[in-house]
Amino acid sequence: MLLEVKNLHTSIEGNEILKGINLKVNAGEVHAIMGPNGSGKSTFAQVLAGREDYNVTAGEVIYKGKNLLELKAEDRAREGIFLAFQYPVEIPGVSNVNLLKTAVNEIRKYYGEEELDAIEFLSLIKDKMKIVELDESFLKRSVNEGFSGGEKKRNEIFQMAVLNPKLAILDETDSGLDIDALKIVANGVNKLRSKDNATIIVTHYQRLLDYIIPDFVHVLYNGKIVKSGGKELAFELEKKGYDWLKNGSPKAIAG
Amino acid sequence: MEKIREFKEWFVKHFDDFEKNLNGEKTPEVHKLRKDALSKFKELSFPSLKDEEWKYTNISPLLKYNFSPVSSGKKVSSELIKKFLFDKMEHNFIVFINGRFSQENSKLLALPKGVIAGSISDAIKEKNPLIEKHFGKYANLSDQIFTALSTAFTKDGAFIYVPEGKVIEEPVHIIFLTSNGNKKIITQPRNLFIAGKNSRVTIIEHYVTENKGVYFTNTVTEIVAEENAVVNHIKLQEESIEAFHIARMEVDQERDSNFTSVLFSNGGNISRNDFNTHFNDEGGECKLNGLFLLDDNQLFDAHTLIDHAKPNCSSHEHYRGILDDNARGVFNGKVLVRPDAQKTNAFQQNNNILLSNNASVDTKPQLEIFADDVKCSHGATIGQLDNDAKFYLNSRGIGDEAAKAILLHAFASDVIKSVKINSVRNYIEEILSKRFNQDDL
Ligand SMILES: Nc1ncnc2c1ncn2[C@@H]1O[C@H](COP(=O)(O)OP(=O)(O)OP(=O)(O)O)[C@@H](O)[C@H]1O
Ligand SMILES: [Mg+2]
Repeated sequence: MLLEVKNLHTSIEGNEILKGINLKVNAGEVHAIMGPNGSGKSTFAQVLAGREDYNVTAGEVIYKGKNLLELKAEDRAREGIFLAFQYPVEIPGVSNVNLLKTAVNEIRKYYGEEELDAIEFLSLIKDKMKIVELDESFLKRSVNEGFSGGEKKRNEIFQMAVLNPKLAILDETDSGLDIDALKIVANGVNKLRSKDNATIIVTHYQRLLDYIIPDFVHVLYNGKIVKSGGKELAFELEKKGYDWLKNGSPKAIAG
Repeated sequence: MEKIREFKEWFVKHFDDFEKNLNGEKTPEVHKLRKDALSKFKELSFPSLKDEEWKYTNISPLLKYNFSPVSSGKKVSSELIKKFLFDKMEHNFIVFINGRFSQENSKLLALPKGVIAGSISDAIKEKNPLIEKHFGKYANLSDQIFTALSTAFTKDGAFIYVPEGKVIEEPVHIIFLTSNGNKKIITQPRNLFIAGKNSRVTIIEHYVTENKGVYFTNTVTEIVAEENAVVNHIKLQEESIEAFHIARMEVDQERDSNFTSVLFSNGGNISRNDFNTHFNDEGGECKLNGLFLLDDNQLFDAHTLIDHAKPNCSSHEHYRGILDDNARGVFNGKVLVRPDAQKTNAFQQNNNILLSNNASVDTKPQLEIFADDVKCSHGATIGQLDNDAKFYLNSRGIGDEAAKAILLHAFASDVIKSVKINSVRNYIEEILSKRFNQDDL
């Protein structure tokens, strides 16, 4: 098993946000997590990526047989976890190419490998840019600064392509995209899928799942996964919304 | 108190010796300035925290030392000088060692006809009429004890004159090297730069040291930008961490002149930069940018004044500071818009990043506006490293050290970008990299 989340509870500033999440992810699988606004999807994604503002108050997370919660964010990334942010951060003054070059070399250093020289690095990234159809001029621009919503999301997938993660967590990478951009992003994700890696897709919309077919769909509601199913669950949610889950007795749903 | 009196009396007593050693520099005009300045120096007292302009900068650590001047010139190896050249490349540079011009260490490539770049001591000896016209005319002495000290002991410094219509493409790089062999010395470079009508020049004042340790640089620079002149000024202060650096810069801007300055400082024990520009006629433009990097117990103080005395001028000021450990920063930027100065545009900004809980900045951007049809804005921020950005970088596998270095570079880049010469920009970038890759910053 690649990832196992057991009874994960987290809080921030005394508010409990995740209230006992259980999830198992195997290599080769795609999991979709859906749920209403504020249910804790991004919190879950960020906790997995190692954001320290959240306190884990109970539970554990095992990743590749290791206690993930003990690792710092950078080490999680080096071990193959990648988070595509719902709101990618703008960093004025830092170019995309500088970020990627530093990231790639920091990861290589972690594995005791030589740094890539400029030529090797450029050929790597040029290759990966094609996947998300980004223009080369984009490399020199500051990270996410002044990017359109679609460009930001494509940039996340581009970084993912370069870093080649084992476990990718895509937090609403589809939100705000027009249909062309959506196809580019979905296509990028599909190209990177393999039997060795896994993807967790957080989304509000079934539409993305037309392009990236999930093996499992989970509903996160009020800090808990209240229902899990196959891809048909996404259609049901799209049709009925979440109210039928809210109104039902939590016990019945969980069972 | 006792120490302060001693400090002062030492200079007063020493003046006779100094005077005896003057040769051709003792022209009546300049020597009168010296003597007047000496009386002023006797009369004024050293500033204390009670003085509004020195409220956050306690100079008593400076006054407890006895500094001695270096009377004779010195030559150093060209290898040493090379360390301070940009991209290690040779370009126009003039070198002052312990405040004295060193012809042997300087190198001037072909300059346009009529251009002077050299020692002010020579200009005084030669009775250059520009000295009488400009020297001491901008850096007034009222309430300025350090300028009075500088003027009283006027001996050497850089003199640059670009005649009307001349353009110098290559920057003129002035290296002020302190090579004190651990003696506590004082050097007082006294500089005068004159850019004639329609001329263009880039001048770099570069303060460097061969040794660590305590010494005192007290420098005064007067800059005149005549009508429609374009003057780029860069000051790099790379002194010893224990050095005291007190600098006064006065800029006179005539009609339609354009003055741009970037001040880069690595700090010292105490550094104080008073940077004042005056629009003496309409249509001028002035940009003051600054970047200071401090750690340990360093104190850096930038006091700037942009005097909009005439209409239709614009000024843009942006200072940034990065402070670690117990370092302290002071930014006091005054923009004065006088009643006549309609259609003034003035923008002023100071941003600081504190890397430790013990670092602090006192920032005071001040607008004093006495005209009604003007556009002015100012602001200041003091913050920490952006946590969201840091997490974003961490989440890409970038460790804390590297993430910090990247973000600080980015913060500094707004100011560094304003240095238009690639090789100088790279030189500053390199200083930054070295500094940020140290464990303690
Ligand atoms: N830094 C924070 N401080 C306080 N509360 C927070 C913080 N971050 C998240 N929360 C709260 O935690 C809850 C879950 O937020 P989260 O962003 O995880 O929801 P989400 O499911 O991703 O929502 P959306 O669909 O809108 O993206 C919300 O009530 C939110 O207000
Ligand atoms: Mg979210």
